[in-house]
Amino acid sequence: MTPLAGYLLVAALLFSIGLAGALTRRNAILVLIGIELMLNAANLNLIAFWRYGPHPELLTGMIFAIFSIAVAAAEAAVGLGLVIQIHRHAKTTDLDQMNRMKG
Amino acid sequence: MSLVFYILAALTIAGALAAVLLKNTVHCALALTVAFAGLAFLFLNLDAQFAGFAQIMVYIGAVAILVVFAILLTKNSETPKDGVFSHTWLVGLLVAAAVFAMLSWAILQSVSRLPQAMPAPTVTVLQIGEALIGRYALPLEIVAVLLTVALIGAVIVAMHEKEGIQ
Amino acid sequence: MINEFDQIFVLLQHWLVSFLPAAVQPPASVLVSVTAIVCIFPALFALTTVFERKGLARIQNRIGPNRVGPFGLLQPIADGIKSLTKEDIVPLSADAAVHFLAPIVLVVAVFMGFAVLPMGRKMVLADMDTGLLFYFAMGASTELSVFMAGWSSRNKYSLLGAMRAVAQMISYEVILLLSSVTVVMMAGSLSLTKIVEAQNHYSGGLPHWYIFTPWGLAGFVMYAIAATAETNRSPFDLPEGESELVAGYHTEYSGFKFALFFLGEYLAMFSISGMGATLFLGGWSAPLASLCWVPSWIWFFSKLMLSIFVFIWLRGSLPRLRQDQLMNFAWKFVLPMCLLNLLVAGLWRFLGDGWLRWVACSAILLVAYAAMGLGEMHRKQRGPRSYRYAE
Repeated sequence: MTPLAGYLLVAALLFSIGLAGALTRRNAILVLIGIELMLNAANLNLIAFWRYGPHPELLTGMIFAIFSIAVAAAEAAVGLGLVIQIHRHAKTTDLDQMNRMKG
Repeated sequence: MSLVFYILAALTIAGALAAVLLKNTVHCALALTVAFAGLAFLFLNLDAQFAGFAQIMVYIGAVAILVVFAILLTKNSETPKDGVFSHTWLVGLLVAAAVFAMLSWAILQSVSRLPQAMPAPTVTVLQIGEALIGRYALPLEIVAVLLTVALIGAVIVAMHEKEGIQ
Repeated sequence: MINEFDQIFVLLQHWLVSFLPAAVQPPASVLVSVTAIVCIFPALFALTTVFERKGLARIQNRIGPNRVGPFGLLQPIADGIKSLTKEDIVPLSADAAVHFLAPIVLVVAVFMGFAVLPMGRKMVLADMDTGLLFYFAMGASTELSVFMAGWSSRNKYSLLGAMRAVAQMISYEVILLLSSVTVVMMAGSLSLTKIVEAQNHYSGGLPHWYIFTPWGLAGFVMYAIAATAETNRSPFDLPEGESELVAGYHTEYSGFKFALFFLGEYLAMFSISGMGATLFLGGWSAPLASLCWVPSWIWFFSKLMLSIFVFIWLRGSLPRLRQDQLMNFAWKFVLPMCLLNLLVAGLWRFLGDGWLRWVACSAILLVAYAAMGLGEMHRKQRGPRSYRYAE
């Protein structure tokens, strides 16, 4: 098993753990935590392929990962703002109770 | 496959598992921080110092704090009384397991075709700067606009609505 | 001029390590440097506590500790014995694991910041290409420990203090970063050794420190304000104001853990002063070309102690800022000035040498400062006091 395969397996495991968290937890914030884990797994994939792929001097993987970190932070901010506003309206963040389209 | 890699991978996976399995939401956020730290060390192990330190600064220094503030502002800091998993938890778990099975099959099938160990690239911050301003100038500007939009959007979404006109 | 006295610590390290076989020598030399840092800075912390108490006392027209040792200089030993032998009280409803880990995370993150400071010529523990980024990454990690301490105590006052402290720290972290980015722009590197070397030139006996330029002076003032706020020092110490919040986020800590928080706060002060000295005051370089024979580490530590003295002076003289005044100040005044400073630094580079750039840059900064200051003043309605109640 090459080093690259090891990193890719860790990234795949992180991704599935994040996916499981996003799909099974009730609290909206924990779903966002799962999403952040998935984004981080993708970043690990990018950096691993940058390191072990051809032409690492082009820095494509590293720059992609840096942009991905920035975008993920922005998305976490907006998502958490939404969760806070939903809590103000519905007084709960329990996703099982938010099963109606009407507010 | 060095010992350092195994230890860091174990730390990251343990943090991620704790983040989705623990009952107390704040504990989940702190376990997420451990997972972020493990990932930052994995980046350092891959000779991507800039990405590793940026990961610490952005994720641990900002996103983790954001998550924790959101938990406190939505009064989730106590352990919930009824269950923490939704009633469709089995389906979610099966989907995640299927995704992992598919991804790991794809990786293990292609191990022989993946590149073997390569020499470490020497990347200086100067090269990253030149790449950002030169080749990746357009994505840089777009990310700047996106961050501004996200900043304004997050403030507007989370703002208190004024009650009537004073 | 590099004489032996300047490099005495490096030579000492090489001599100590030469007793070991060659394979073990690199990790051993790192270990020697780490031991030196772990011994010197806590010793400096002990000295600073007594200086602070004496200094504050003199500013407040009293004497300060004078019983233990000559002029109270052995007071830290008494304080150390007290905090080590006090009972370690953990509240029954506190979250034990997080409560235990919070001071440890703080002290570890703060000690890591010392690894990149160049304390003398060739005296850096880790000469990294991304040294400044590493330092700010470690600084960002300290905020989480503040939150952990406040939340795990299950105490409303602690939580309130922790939230205020974290909000203050993240606001001023942005300003800290932006004022350092100006220096990085002009020096052309994130590596702290290169930043010091860029300032180590003299023209006509006067050094090329960045503080002697208009954008450098503005940047240094903003860095100093942000440093005072980051380390929760007066006048920004509402999170730990004794009269408002008991002791803020470290209310429920006693004994050794409280001593660790105290140590962490003072070490953060040292490391941020060291970084300010490196970025703006020329690090280990001497103020006049004729004084280069004095060892470089003496200059670095004098600049550090001078900054600590200014911190103590500020604590004794200025009243505390309220939380909303603090945040308004950061986001509405200092941050726009920081962005303008970036522009002015760029203008400095492109106007070329000569008197024009001095006049232009200083004029822009002073006009902006006056305009924004007047703008903020006019916003205050000076009428009868109005109250706003919390929801």
